[in-house]
Amino acid sequence: MQCDEVALLIPSSLDDDQPVPLPVQTHVESCLRCQAELARYKRMLRGLQLLRTQLLEPAPGLLGLTLSAIGDASEQHAIRSLLNKRKVAYVGAISGAVAAAGAAAAIIAVQRSRRRAAAALATT
Amino acid sequence: MQTDESGDRDDLQGLVEAARDGSRTAFDELVRRTYVDTYTLAVRLTGNEEDARDVVQEVYLRAWKGLQRFRGDAQFSTWMYRITANTSYTHMQKRRRQRTTNIDDIEEPTEIRLEASPDAMAESAAGRAELAEAVQRLPETLRQIVILKDVYGLPHEAIAEELGISVAAAKVRLHRGRKKLRDLLDDGEVKAHAV
Repeated sequence: MQCDEVALLIPSSLDDDQPVPLPVQTHVESCLRCQAELARYKRMLRGLQLLRTQLLEPAPGLLGLTLSAIGDASEQHAIRSLLNKRKVAYVGAISGAVAAAGAAAAIIAVQRSRRRAAAALATT
Repeated sequence: MQTDESGDRDDLQGLVEAARDGSRTAFDELVRRTYVDTYTLAVRLTGNEEDARDVVQEVYLRAWKGLQRFRGDAQFSTWMYRITANTSYTHMQKRRRQRTTNIDDIEEPTEIRLEASPDAMAESAAGRAELAEAVQRLPETLRQIVILKDVYGLPHEAIAEELGISVAAAKVRLHRGRKKLRDLLDDGEVKAHAV
């Protein structure tokens, strides 16, 4: 394997979960140039990991804006769920009223038909 | 989010549980403790503070709405990193649609002058600042992967899911990103020596 080929494979071989191909490993062990290249990549990765500890200070007011955005969203959610509950209650009440009216109409219809039947029997 | 790694993870976990039970006070405290870290990641992913501020607000709204779905089998910080990655990605996509110019063209490096060699990057604060600057010069698609994998340690699978790409594509981009970053640092070193 040539140094140029190895150099192309080094960036992918830095992860712990990626096994380093044996030819690459063998070449690097015996090549000072590639060992140096690998070392530079590893230093770069260490530097990148350290960036995680470098926090950037946000402009003042971001926390307040964020908290108030959450507050607004919570209020909207609360209002929406209240409206939904009311909607369910209205729909329930209307359906109940319709069902009661239907039942009453059915009872009246049955009573009328019985009366008519009784009247017909009486005339005969 | 750094705090849960440095000792009071249980404290943060307690806040997460209380927030999951509906406590706004607990959630507000979670925001207070983690928003600087979220903002830092958002700046690194979007490349500018204005977008990062919008992203932070959106991240916490999503977190508040989706807290019930956080099962607690991963760290809260990792969960927040994933939301931040996804929110930044969608935010930048929207941004790109709004702009007529290509954002990658704007962010292409004009000139990088590094005072330290890539070898010394990890050794000094100044070196880290130079490295951070070089990361920001990466094209957006490569930068996202390098930051999420090499800075924040998210697994390829999580990154692929949040950015809507395949795991194979994430790995290819990481490879290219590392190579490009290395080239940028080398390029800077050459320029610095030439000055």
